[in-house]
Amino acid sequence: MGLLARRNLFHDKVRFVVTLTGIVFALVLIIIQFGLFLGFTTTTSNNIDHSNADLWIVFHGVGYFDTGRNFSERKFYQVLSTPGVERAEKYMQSFGRWKRPDGRVENIQVIGFHPGSGLGEPWNIVEGSTADLRQEDSVLVDELYREKLGVGKIGDRVEIGDHRARVVGFTRGIRSFTTSPYVYATFKSSLDYTNPTSSEDSTAYILVKAKPADSPTELQARLQARLTDVDVYTTAEFSRKTRFYWMFTTGAGLAVLTAALMGLIVGVAVVAQTIYAATMDHIREYGTLKAMGATNRYLYRVLIEQAVWSAVLGYAAAMVVAHFIVEGSAKGGAVILMPWSMSAGMLGLAVVMCIAAALVSINKVTKIDPAMVFRG
Amino acid sequence: MRTGAHKHNDAVIVAKALGKVYREGTTELRALESVDLEVAAGELTLLMGPSGSGKTTLLSILGCILRASEGRLEILGEDVGSLEESELPRIRRDAIGFVFQGFNLFPTLTAAENVALALDLRGVRGAVAHKRAEELLAEVGLAQKARAFPADLSGGQKQRVAIARALAGDPPIVLADEPTAALDSTSGRTVIELLQRLAREHRRAVVMVTHDPRVLPFGDRTIHLEDGRIVRAEKNIVTGLKETLFVEAPVTGASIPQEFSV
Repeated sequence: MGLLARRNLFHDKVRFVVTLTGIVFALVLIIIQFGLFLGFTTTTSNNIDHSNADLWIVFHGVGYFDTGRNFSERKFYQVLSTPGVERAEKYMQSFGRWKRPDGRVENIQVIGFHPGSGLGEPWNIVEGSTADLRQEDSVLVDELYREKLGVGKIGDRVEIGDHRARVVGFTRGIRSFTTSPYVYATFKSSLDYTNPTSSEDSTAYILVKAKPADSPTELQARLQARLTDVDVYTTAEFSRKTRFYWMFTTGAGLAVLTAALMGLIVGVAVVAQTIYAATMDHIREYGTLKAMGATNRYLYRVLIEQAVWSAVLGYAAAMVVAHFIVEGSAKGGAVILMPWSMSAGMLGLAVVMCIAAALVSINKVTKIDPAMVFRG
Repeated sequence: MRTGAHKHNDAVIVAKALGKVYREGTTELRALESVDLEVAAGELTLLMGPSGSGKTTLLSILGCILRASEGRLEILGEDVGSLEESELPRIRRDAIGFVFQGFNLFPTLTAAENVALALDLRGVRGAVAHKRAEELLAEVGLAQKARAFPADLSGGQKQRVAIARALAGDPPIVLADEPTAALDSTSGRTVIELLQRLAREHRRAVVMVTHDPRVLPFGDRTIHLEDGRIVRAEKNIVTGLKETLFVEAPVTGASIPQEFSV
């Protein structure tokens, strides 16, 4: 049975290549779309996820990271005096205007934090360090945006909101989901860059680290009860809200997932068509098998084995193609993520897709009249 | 009575008043009517008749591929009519080997693999199946062609592979549908001699539909069908000399059995 399945599958090499191409196309399309979805969602919340904070305190009603709204720093001191708080830091997110050395202006998101605090700091620093930000008017940017921001090396000078700034280091792989790159600065400098008239007595966020003995959720309830006009989220909650906003409220995620679904449908259709055509080519053989006493179950197993072989080989080829695409995306503006769980899931999906595609053929084989073997 | 058979104690196929009606909408087509037939082990029975006479329908019913609309069919003493549809493949696997006009070999499998596939259907796999397949091919004189694909075999060789495959389950019954029709005279003779040997030496009941007059001398009995009914049955006494067992009067439709002791 296994031999027949394999021979029938591999016998017509052109058809087999077409089948594999269909599967690879579908799987790569799905991987790209799901990978983009994962990449996008991770990107939208990466500052939250890497913040090392247990809780995020935001102005009441702020639903996601990119629209931080300032509130009085008095709340910061209330937080510090709340039992269970190990430490807290003010954190700024605000849009600003970046004037490149060549005079062109780009929109940026300025992130203000306290270097050395361990809360809300940038990560993957490949040149310079957060300590270098203690120098006056200094910023860290991501190397992905060297060209966009018109800077190539440490020491390059720019203007942010009519305020002079100097690049003191680069991060790697910190993307912004919006078209405005993140620019990291000290909390104080961030205020200068985005709103020179404001003072240090306001903040967009307060990041809180709970004492090891305290449960973050209990501290969250305590802070929420004590503070007015702000919302207190766990890091996971605020991350989820941010991801949900960008992926579903804006429709961006829906578009990506719809494309993934289309990939799945196209894949099933292509594979179903090729498996069905292969089945029809061998229909007389299936009739002969039935006449010889093969049960429908025996024939199903032949077809399902063909489908599984197609799936496994198509999956292997798709993984090779996807690997290069994923690698390539790491250097681009939109990262495609393919965690091992997704790779494993894709194998399952490929098998399910191919078996689903074989159902049409299974239905056909079920209806074969074995008496056909006596007709001409 | 319309009978094509004499009574045998070792009958492996017993058909009584078999009929088959095809219905399409309000239209009915009677393909077979009141066929009585007994086929014994060790006997090569030829079914002859013009196109549309019901030969293939009868062969399909005897092969448990098609169900009769009327009458009773026993295969190895088992009443086929009382079996569920899902049980028919078991009868086909256990009791019957099929040989087809167009060989119906699997083009992607070698001769040995074609035979082994029939064994696989019966749960025999691996080295045991391979060895048995080679033995069966040796029986039909194709030991040297075990690894050849059907495309590399002549028509006669293909049909012999098909016969080896039909014998995979060691069936007491072999049903052959015009097995010599696509063959030249030499190959056709080899095949019919093989089928005759299966009947005479291996005590199998072989029923063969044929249009080929060259095979007539090899049959133990020849049953003639017309319009779905057995109109004449002849028994070969010696090659070329026939003894008529039964003739149906063509005008009245009444049957005139003529029994002869041989």
